[in-house]
Formats: sequence, structure tokens, C-alpha cells
Amino acid sequence: MEKTLDVRNLKLHYFTSRGAVKALDDISFELYKGETLGVVGESGCGKTTLGTALLNMPTPPGKIIGGNIIIDGQDVLTLTENQYRRDVRWEKISMVFQGAMNCLTPVYTIYKQMMETIQYHRDMDKEDADARIRKYINLVGLSDDVLRRYPHELSGGMKQRIVIATGLFLEPSVVICDEPTTALDVVVQAQIINLLKELKQELGVSFIFITHDLATEAEVADRILVMYAGKVAEIGSNEEIFGSAGPMHPYTKKLLIATPRLHEKVDKLAFIPGVPPDLLEPPTGCRFHPRCTEVMPKCSLEEPPLKEVSPGHKVACWRCA
Amino acid sequence: MSDYILDVKNLRKLFPVRRSMKQMIKKERNFVHAIDGVSFNVKRGEIFGLIGESGCGKTTTGKVVMHLLESTEGQLILNGDDVTKLDKKALGVYRRNVQMIFQDPYASMNPRFTIRRVLLEPLEIHNVGATQEEREAMIVKALESVKLTPAEEFLDRYPHMLSGGQRQRVATARTLILNPKIVVADEPVSMVDLSTRAELLQMMKDVQQEMGLTYIYITHDLSTARYFTDRIAVMYLGRIVELANADDLIDHAKHPYTKALIAAVCEPVSGKVNHIKEVPIEGEIPSAAHIPSGCRFHPRCIYAQPDCATEPEPELQSDANGHLVACRHWNDLKRK
Repeated sequence: MEKTLDVRNLKLHYFTSRGAVKALDDISFELYKGETLGVVGESGCGKTTLGTALLNMPTPPGKIIGGNIIIDGQDVLTLTENQYRRDVRWEKISMVFQGAMNCLTPVYTIYKQMMETIQYHRDMDKEDADARIRKYINLVGLSDDVLRRYPHELSGGMKQRIVIATGLFLEPSVVICDEPTTALDVVVQAQIINLLKELKQELGVSFIFITHDLATEAEVADRILVMYAGKVAEIGSNEEIFGSAGPMHPYTKKLLIATPRLHEKVDKLAFIPGVPPDLLEPPTGCRFHPRCTEVMPKCSLEEPPLKEVSPGHKVACWRCA
Repeated sequence: MSDYILDVKNLRKLFPVRRSMKQMIKKERNFVHAIDGVSFNVKRGEIFGLIGESGCGKTTTGKVVMHLLESTEGQLILNGDDVTKLDKKALGVYRRNVQMIFQDPYASMNPRFTIRRVLLEPLEIHNVGATQEEREAMIVKALESVKLTPAEEFLDRYPHMLSGGQRQRVATARTLILNPKIVVADEPVSMVDLSTRAELLQMMKDVQQEMGLTYIYITHDLSTARYFTDRIAVMYLGRIVELANADDLIDHAKHPYTKALIAAVCEPVSGKVNHIKEVPIEGEIPSAAHIPSGCRFHPRCIYAQPDCATEPEPELQSDANGHLVACRHWNDLKRK
């Protein structure tokens, strides 16, 4: 399969007054053409940071301090900011931000906002741009009518669809969706998930779908990357994570048990005791060891490598090494 | 004493909509029907769930029960007294008996207050505890009951020094300190991480059983509601469309809207990536200022029959097991 995105040993630190917060530490993964990669983890594990790092626009005081991001064979971190903005961001990789419905300018019509983006990037005459906008608005299941409206006139689900259309209409290879459905009602959430699946099939775009909810990942993601405290804990296919055999990393197991299931009556819901570590001073050895129930003496001393246990299924745990 | 601690009868809450000049001249008035004839009763010591999408009136119902908002119409009977007719003094006592946990633990606490002061304030307002020491002991006890131990360690902290889950525990402690009878919990876990959600709910359930509390749990999340509540009422556009025991409601949903909600929930199991999930509902939720005629769900219902739009709104009817549903055709649903 063709690799669209190849991330190698990506490191990003937030340089705060108290020291460097190691938000992304040696993240490596690849994304193939036309697949959806789910990124899951608790809040503060670096999911959103990963999204902004891929766009090469970390939130200050964050800084990428190492690694490569290779999109369609080109290492984009060697580019200057101007080149990146012109040729990569939104052209090759775009993002649907968390709480995307608040990303729209309240004072412009939807049409004007979309036109602005397209005209910045493309030397297109008005008619072609117009046709492109209408095509993508229809593709996300909206009528042309919404184009002349202001954001406040639209519902949350409609705004979310517009933001997805804006992420897609320059036809990038990769679209990062950061919690695109969390703020929406269940019915609208299901509709947006269906929309993303249809778009994936129709356009052959690759998606990175970031969320804290494993249940949503099970619906959308071909492969799942589980993050814990700025590191990759496990990468596996949908079947490897959610299938009957279950995941291998203790953290993924815990996360999965803590995800409530509607059609199962339980007396006690499971949870993961403790809180994620402070990334100013992450624990020694495996970062999950203070909360892990399967901990071994080795875990607090040495960091487990991300080992391939079967083709494509990688786990960072001494129990599997 | 009756089994029911709270009895809500035909509650309505309308908010006036700002009028245009033309409407003012014509003396027209429009209202948002936030709650439009809601009746339910809550048993002593149960956890009652109110479920629905945003804008269905679940939070407004909670606020009216709290008497933070005044109802336009209807009765609210707590232990035999009609709350809507209470004078100021009696209302003070009512407010002590009915407490609320808010959704956003970041906004519901004064950032300049230490945890001690957050918990001291309700005691001062309601004049509980005679001496400083007595109040301090109550604060420590409340913190311990929500498992923030050792309590002394938390007393002098500020809200920003706590995690979302810990703040929600403090918010729970703040309601418990007054020894209430009913706690209205409005989405108490929706802003905390999935991994700690269960821990918080477990704590709330433990406290409820220890103190014999009654909860009204407002949420949009069916999965936690099933685990947490005893009975669930599903709201749509300001009305209850279905009310039953939690398990019964989810396993044997009768109303087309409840069925759609259940179908839309994601579950963490494999093999669904390449399927487009069917969500049996049409269109978007209409504005609460323009309620559809007949059954208010009919424009979105995939089973709607001609009489759904023309006949008067269906009332809640009970089946043999006390499962209430407001749908004319629930036992004979046919696709349009």
C-alpha cells in the first residue's frame, strides 16, 4: 500500500517557565492512502499536540525539536514557514479542529469564508472556485442555500459539515479530525461519522481521527494508535484492538473496559485509577507503570520499545516484548 | 408518607422571543416552548434520569425543579408542598433540600475561593453549624464522603490546582454538605475524561446509598444513564416521549425517537468500519419556537402516519408493565 504520511521519531516539547514538557516523545507511525487512523488517549496525552505538530504549527511555547514528517515522499519539516504555508498546509494536510463550529468567523457568510481560503491557495477564476465550493458543500450533504448564511443561522451539525468541507476542498492527501463529533448530539454524531466514511470511500483521502472515545474509533478507524503520556503505547488494526482477542497493552485494555457499552448491563463500571503523569518529569521506565496492574520490576527501570508483535501490530510493553 | 418525593405535574416553561416592530404593532407574541407539559414523579431514594439531545429542555427542567427558573405553568410538589407557591422563607428551606451539581466544573466554582471557602459558603448562607469548629468538621466530613482524602490537604487549595474529576468531587461535596433530599446533577461527568467518569459515577452512587439521597440525573449519554439510573425519561422538544425502567427502556425501546437515539450510540466492537450505520431519523430538530402540529416528532419520524400530523399530541400511555410511551402507533410501527 502507498504511504501518504510517514512520521518518524517526532519530538515536540513545550518550553514552559517550569521546564520542558515532553508532550510528544519519539512518535513514529505511518498512514496509508485511503485509510483512517484513529488516535486515542486520555486528555493531556498529546493527541491534539500531535495534530498541530503535523500541521507544523505547534501552540506556543511548543516547538518541534526532532524527527521527520514525510508527506507524499517529501520531508516537510525542512521547508521554511512560508513554503509550508503555501505548499503544504491545507494543500496536502488539513485539519478539522476541536469545537470546529467555533472556527467560523461570525461576521462573514459561509461563502465568503470558503472563497477566501480557496483564493489564497489557488490561482482559480471565480467561476471555478464557485463550482468547487458548491461541489464540496453538496458532498457533505448540505444544499447551496447555506452558502449565503452566517454561522449563527446554522445548527452545530451543519457548521461541522461546513468545517469538514473547508478541510477537504483543496483536496489534501491527509485530513486530521480532532474530536469532530464530541460536542455534537448522538444522532448528529452518527450522521457525521457516516459522512466521514462516505468521503473516505469517494475521495480516497486519508484521515487521522483524534478522539478520547474508543467507541467512536471502533466505528471509523481502520487502524488505531493508542497514545499515553506523549508516547505510542500500541498500534493495531481495528480487529486487533476491538476484536474478540482484545488489545495487548495494559493501558489499551483498561481504556477499553472503561468505555461504557449500551447493550450490556453491568453492576460496576470499570475505571483507570490514578491520573496521567506530569510530562515535566515523566515516570522512569514505562510511563504507564505507576497505574499499571500488570507491572513487573523491570517496568520502572527500563523503557519498553515499540515492538512489532505481529505484522502491523506494535506494542510498547515489557509483557509483550 | 408517599413513595414519591417529588411530583411534577404538567410543567411548562415558555421564554418570550424578542419581537420585531411589526409584531409589536400587531401585538403578536412568540414563545420558545422550552418545557411544554412535562409530568413525572421521582421516587424516594431512586436515581431518575432525564435524557435528550441539546435543546430538548432537560436542563431547563432541572433548573425549574431547582427553582432557579420560575415555571410558567404547572405544579412542583415536594413532600406534599407545592413549591411554586412557596414564600421567600420556605423557599430558603426548599433550596437547602434540593441541590444541584453543574456541568462545567471549571465555571461553577469561584477561582479566588479556596476549597474551604467554597464549602463554607453554603453553610453561611443557610446558617448551618454554630461554631467555626463545627463547620470545619462538616467540611472535612463532606470532603471525605466524596473520597477526597486526606481532606486537610485539599482545604487550602484553589480550584485551578485540582483536576476536572477532583473539582466535580468538590462540587458534589458542596451539595452534600447541606444534607439535601434531592440532588439535581446536570451532566456531571460530560466534561471529565472517560477513564475517570466511571470512578465519579461510582462515588456518586455510593454517596447516594449511604445518605439515602434521590438524584435527578440529566444527561445526553445513554450508556452511562443505563448504568447509573433506575428509571429514565426521554425528552424531545420539551416533552417526555418515553419513561420506563432503565434496562427496559434500552432493551425494549418503544418510541421511534428513543429507538433512533439507541441506534446512534457507538459501541467499542470491531467490524463496523466499512458499514454505513442506519440512523432511523430524518432531518434536524425543529426550533422550539415553532413546534410542529400533532405529534411534535412526526416530521422526523420514519414511521409517521397521516394522523400523526393532524390528531392532537399523543399523551404518555402505560403498557402492562408501566412502561410509558407517547406514540399513537408504538405497537404497530410501519415504515412510511
